[in-house]
Formats: sequence, structure tokens, C-alpha cells
Amino acid sequence: MKRGKLLVVPAMGWLSLFFALPLLIVVVVSFASRTAYGQVVFNWTLANYIRFFEPLYMTIFATTIVTALGTTLLTFAMGYPVAYTIAMILPKKWQQAGIILVMIPFWINFLIRSFAWVIILRSQGVVNTILLHLGLIQKPLTLLYNDAAVLLGMVYALLPFMVLPIYVSLEQMDKRLLEAASDLGAPPVTAFRRITLPLTMPGVAAGSILVFISSLGMFVVPDIMGGAKSALIGNIIQNQFLAARDWPFGSALSIILALLALVMILLYYKALQAQKGGQAHAKNLA
Amino acid sequence: MEFKANDRKKGCDTPKMKEMIRLVGITKEFDHTTIIPPLDLTINDGEFVTLLGPSGCGKTTILRMIAGLEHPTTGHIYLDDEDVTSLAPYKRNVNMVFQHYALFPHMTVEENIRFGLMMKKVPREEQDNRINQVLYLTQLEDLRYRKPQQMSGGQQQRVAIARAVVNNPKVLLLDEPLGALDYKLRKKMQLELKNLQRGLGITFIYVTHDQEEALTMSDRVIIVNGGRIEQDDPPARIYQYPKSQFAANFIGENNFFAIEGDDQHLLAVRPQYIEVSDEKEEPEDSSRAPFYYGSVVEILFTGTIDKVYIRLDNTNQMVTAYQYYDDKKRWKADDRVAIRWKTEDAVKVTK
Repeated sequence: MKRGKLLVVPAMGWLSLFFALPLLIVVVVSFASRTAYGQVVFNWTLANYIRFFEPLYMTIFATTIVTALGTTLLTFAMGYPVAYTIAMILPKKWQQAGIILVMIPFWINFLIRSFAWVIILRSQGVVNTILLHLGLIQKPLTLLYNDAAVLLGMVYALLPFMVLPIYVSLEQMDKRLLEAASDLGAPPVTAFRRITLPLTMPGVAAGSILVFISSLGMFVVPDIMGGAKSALIGNIIQNQFLAARDWPFGSALSIILALLALVMILLYYKALQAQKGGQAHAKNLA
Repeated sequence: MEFKANDRKKGCDTPKMKEMIRLVGITKEFDHTTIIPPLDLTINDGEFVTLLGPSGCGKTTILRMIAGLEHPTTGHIYLDDEDVTSLAPYKRNVNMVFQHYALFPHMTVEENIRFGLMMKKVPREEQDNRINQVLYLTQLEDLRYRKPQQMSGGQQQRVAIARAVVNNPKVLLLDEPLGALDYKLRKKMQLELKNLQRGLGITFIYVTHDQEEALTMSDRVIIVNGGRIEQDDPPARIYQYPKSQFAANFIGENNFFAIEGDDQHLLAVRPQYIEVSDEKEEPEDSSRAPFYYGSVVEILFTGTIDKVYIRLDNTNQMVTAYQYYDDKKRWKADDRVAIRWKTEDAVKVTK
């Protein structure tokens, strides 16, 4: 082995020990059963996977997907204008500041930020207090512990993951193309629709994948802001491990979620490849 | 098309030419720095005009102001007698060929060319006709379905031109369009562009820092320096009768000699007009300037000719002369020489 290759040993060791091995354990446990007291018995069964298809879990799974899709759509609708403003409208010297502003929330623990939303939205919270004082409402609104609150929390948490890849693709776009479009008679809105948007689709796709997959596994937000009614698949998995002591079922659900994420990523690469492949094909024809 | 071209040639000679572009008192400031001091310029219909100057001289800014991509700080721009000063680029009937082509990478050649026609809501059938015509004209028919990144620089260049001319603009603006091409291809494209312009009869405004390109292609060369027009003349006149030291220096090579008792002007003499001889070999001659004496410093081989560098005795000034292969006398370093020139070959230029 070349000596340079030895440099990867620490990283490989770390990943094997703390990533590959635990994953393997999860896969193995997902085919096991548990005793009445929560001990894991290795009897190689598909029962955990079959149980996933029970209506109760299918409903939760469907809710999870819908929530994740909603989150993705909302972060796109809100994130694109933010990224566009930073990359295309702000003067060059303010762009860095804009990106730092997007990332500042990461400096504070996510749990604390989620609880901050509770303080803002609860019955005696900031919003309700202000509205009551202004006399706009007679009794506090239920802003917390419903699906809308979960969606709000998710969008809040994942917005930067949409903004950053879109910002990068806008930043990399050749701005002279917009001058060319204008020169050829395209008003600004048309130029955006026909040039900017198509050319930044890779950024939009990357952001969507990041947000969608992250929201699939999210359990902190529904836990804190959704209350008991709005459980998502992430909460069920957390429950199996920490409360129900059913590690095998929790493992099976994790694997299903991971496979779904994997399929999404593969589809994304397929789409990218199709784009590039099409070009390579055309080149061969030439 | 041939007929049309001849027609225009005739039009150019008659005194009453149709004005296509008129810049009146144009100035441009960036961050309180003046790039273009007040500038007036008129360009006639069907002319091939080149803005020539070193990089940063403001020539591209002038072009971009005509396109509407920059707005003048003061002054007015008229296109075909219409004041377009504050008109957005997408409302102006001019098109630009960008320096780095700026082709849309997600569109095929055909889609790139169609873009402008779609924006102007040209009927589909006419779009197809015009696209076919321009593809034929630029020899891009076989590349119709390619994407820009699958083509060579020269091919991309042609797409950029096709995408602009398909719109039948009143004026075609070209911003160093051949800058990114290699020497051979550039020569070929110069010819193609000139022929295209003759065929279409569209007004071309061409920006370059390449003097040879400017001289070969244009009807009129405008030398721009520091945002000002140094000289505005046909190519031959620009070459033979430069008005200023800058113009004389920028176009071709030149030697400058002080004029006694006149510190406003210099004498410019091109190397090919410098006569080199042995010291005091020939008698003084009234049709020629008096001798200057010096020694040969260096001889450079350039292919067609040799360049002879001579240092003058009393001024220490370097003079460039040419030596041809059939010259009887071959100079070598340290030879003592005398130089002079025919008085008619010297041009008086401003400092």
C-alpha cells in the first residue's frame, strides 16, 4: 500500500467504529424480537417489518411524508427569495454578512431554539399577549400543539438547508447570461423564469433533498411543538427505543426510513446523471 | 445580397448619409470617477465602425451604453432618431455579441437562436425560417441540436453571432468577439464577419484592442483613449496620418522625433520609412530630412523582416528601422550608421 493511503486510516477507523458498526447492529436488531421485559432475542424474523404495514403506522408514515413535502415546499417558497436577495440583489460586500445571518441560528442549540418557539406561541406567550393587549382577540389562540405548529417549527429549523445550496448555484451562475437575455428582449421576470430558475434547479434539488430527508427523521420539533397528537415517524422510533423498549421494531422503522432516504438520493443522482449523460451521448454522436 | 451591398457602398460615398446612432454629450462616472468625459459620436447606417483602444479606455463602456446595459451619467443616445437614453436593453432594437459569448448553457443552438425571436413574439413559422436562414449563413446547420459546452470556441462564436443577427437589429454591437480565439481562427472569423456585415448591411459597432483587426475590417476606426476620441478616420488615413502621438503609437510601430522650436508637436516616422546608411556615405538631399547618427544596438528576426534597433548619439533615443532580405547591406550590432527619411514620410502629430 502506498504510504499516502495510510492517511485515511484514522477517518476510516472512526467511521467504521461509530457509523458502520452501529448501522450493522441496527440492521441485525431489526430482524430480532424482544421479550416482555424489553430484552432483545435474535430469532431472525420479519415481524417488525410486517408490523410497519399496520394501519396505525401507515397513517403516521403518510402524515410524515405529507409534513416533509409541505416543509420542502414552504422552505423552497421562502428560501429561494432569501437566497436570491443575498446572491443577486445585495452588494458584494454585504453578501458574506447575509450568509452569516442565515447561519447564525446554528450557533444556538436546536432544542433551546425550539423551546423559544413554545414561549412565543403558547397561550400566555408573546404573540397571544400582544394580540390580547391590542384587543384583537378576546381569548388566547391555540397556536401550539397542532400540525401547523409542527410545520412552522420544521420550516424554521430547515430553512438554511434550502437557502445555502440555492445561494451557491445562484452565486455560480454567469450573470452575463442575464445581460444577454435582456439584450435579446427578455424583461427581467421572463429572464428569471427562462434563465435563472432553470440554471439554479440543481441547487433547488439539492436543497429539497436535504430538507425532505431531514424532516422525515425529525422528532424534536413534533415532540416539543406538536404535543401528543402530532406524532411523526421519528417520534415513533424514538419511542420504541426510549419508552416502549422495543429496540427491534425501532430498528426496523429506522431501516425503512434510511432506505427511503437512500432511494431519494439515488433518484437525485439519476436525474443529474441523465442530464450529464444526455450531453455525453450527444458528444459521442458528434 | 450582393446588390444590396453595392447599393450601400454607393450610399456611403454620397454626402447625405442616414444617421443610425448619435451620442450627444455622453458622460459616465463610476463611483465618482469619470470614465467617459463628454463625448459626441455619430455612426451612419450600414457602417462598420471599430472602437479601438487599450483595455480600460472606455470603449466597452461606450458599447454597453448603446446596448442599454449601462446608463450614461449625462447626455443622450439616439437610435435611428429615437431618444433611447433611458430605454431598458430589452426594449432597444440593437443586439450584442458578448466577449465570452454568454450563450445559454441549458439551451441547444437552435433554442439559443430562437430566444430573441420568441421574446419579440415573432410567429412560429417565421421563427423557423429565420433560424434556418441564419444557421445556413453561419454554417451551423449540423450543430443545431448541440448544447454550447459541446462545441469549440469558434463554433460558439458563430452561435453568438447567429443569436444576435437573427433579430435583424438596427445595430449589431460586438465586444471583442474574437478575443478568445486562436490566431488562425481569428483571421478566418475576421473575414467571415466582414462578409456577413456586407451581406446584411447592418450597422456594426466593433470593440477591440487589436489594431490589425480594426484596420482590416472597418470602414471607420475610432481610437479611444481615456474615454476620449483620439482620432476618427478611415483605416488607411488612421495609419498614414495619425493625429496624435497616442494614435501614431497605438496603430503600428512609429519613431518620434522632436521638432526644434515646437514643443506641442512631434514628427512620427514609421520604421519602413527610416533609411539606414553608412555614416556619411551619401550627400545631404533637400527632399530628405538631415541625417541622425547612431549605432546599431540589436537586430531582431521577425519572419518577414528584420528589425534594426539604433541608438542615436546625441539624444540616446532608440529608433526602429526595417531590414529586408534583398537589402544589399546587412547590419550587425555596433555598426555606425546614419539615418534619415523623406520629408513626405514624416507626419506631424500632437504630443
